[in-house]
Amino acid sequence: MSGLLGGEIWADLLPIIFLSLRVTGIALAICTVAGVPIGAILGLTRIPGRRLVTAILYTGMGLPPVVVGLFVYLLLSRSGPLGALGWLFTPRAMILAQAVISFPLVTGLTMTAIQSVDPSFRQQMRALGATRLQEIWALLREARLGVVAGIVAAFGSIISEVGAVMLVGGNIAGKTRVLTTAIVLNTRQGEFQPAILLGVILLVLAFLANLAMLRLQGRSG
Amino acid sequence: MSTAFRLEAVRQTYAGRTVLDLDFLEVRRGEILALVGPSGSGKSTLLRLLNFLERPTEGRVWYEGQATDGERTPLELRRQVTTVFQHTVLQKASVRANVAYGLRLRGQPTDGRVRSLLASVGMGELAGAQARLLSGGEKQRVALARALIFRPRVLLLDEPTANLDPYNVGLIEQIVRAENREHGTTVVLVTHNVFQAHRLAHRTGLVLNGGLVELADTPVFFASPADPRTAAFVSGEMVY
Repeated sequence: MSGLLGGEIWADLLPIIFLSLRVTGIALAICTVAGVPIGAILGLTRIPGRRLVTAILYTGMGLPPVVVGLFVYLLLSRSGPLGALGWLFTPRAMILAQAVISFPLVTGLTMTAIQSVDPSFRQQMRALGATRLQEIWALLREARLGVVAGIVAAFGSIISEVGAVMLVGGNIAGKTRVLTTAIVLNTRQGEFQPAILLGVILLVLAFLANLAMLRLQGRSG
Repeated sequence: MSTAFRLEAVRQTYAGRTVLDLDFLEVRRGEILALVGPSGSGKSTLLRLLNFLERPTEGRVWYEGQATDGERTPLELRRQVTTVFQHTVLQKASVRANVAYGLRLRGQPTDGRVRSLLASVGMGELAGAQARLLSGGEKQRVALARALIFRPRVLLLDEPTANLDPYNVGLIEQIVRAENREHGTTVVLVTHNVFQAHRLAHRTGLVLNGGLVELADTPVFFASPADPRTAAFVSGEMVY
């Protein structure tokens, strides 16, 4: 155990942990900036085609990550439409894949959070003298815990995702190796000690994310 | 001019169904006007028109001598009128924050007003409590406080005490009466409780199937109604 905690193993593992957090953090920031406003608009308006968009979003929530990985791979491969960017097998490709995976989750849960506010809430805010903008702001504030819960759920799903990052990142040591892909590799090579350690770290991260979500839901309930 | 609202030939239709059809209605400035009638008679629709939350399908709502246009009514006029609804939805925030909301919307300081108003509705000690944890009666008192905080010229009450216990009913009626007397606030009360109308209102009207049957000074309305339907409604004999 002392070998585990004090040994040089950390020199190998720390970069992996940091890369995982960096890739997932940036992906989460991107899908939040895009997904929250779009989810809010979908929850607020009755635009034509909203039902279709909702159906697509719900499908997106259940999309197998490895399929997203495949599409992103094709998109970024040398002969693909975005091949010129040279992103394949870089952290950028992994960020893109994770952002695509988490976007429907954040958008869909934001929409649901907005829609679950009492329908007469907006009217009551208006009756108190709110302008249209103030009314929408109040509504967003009212739904904020649901929105944050969506972001936390997205974090939990992409930090533990393996198929897509493996495909588009390539699991290159020191470059695109993250927690999940390192676990796969270590296990295959029979190196169970680091695999278990990384697994525990991943579990702790996922646990903390879920704990945060439960706390938020408890406060909003 | 002593008229707050004037409605002329106002008709409100939803999906082809007429829910309100008024030839004429005048709300006098500074009065408490009660509109009684069974559920579904169009009373709440009328209040939404008076609060500029909707635009009538036909006819016009005049407020303080100006023709209004539903939600497009100038903000300055809209902010003089407010409603306390039967089913109050409070913000997920403290009681204090809920009551201060109308002032913050208007960019006005909240200073000591929130505290003194909360005290006057008997909620002083619960200022810091989460609003969603309150009882029904407490919620309605907060709803009244958040409406009164910005000193509206017109207070619309949509069944504000339905489902409340007598203590809370008495308290809310007392606050409304005081607000009307001390600040000249015009009050339009919609209720199916004829006793409440009798206790509070200067004038009372009966709304039935979207139309105004009769409107008279409250003592006259109850003691010697002109229309047999009014007599039937106030005596509780009306079957509808």
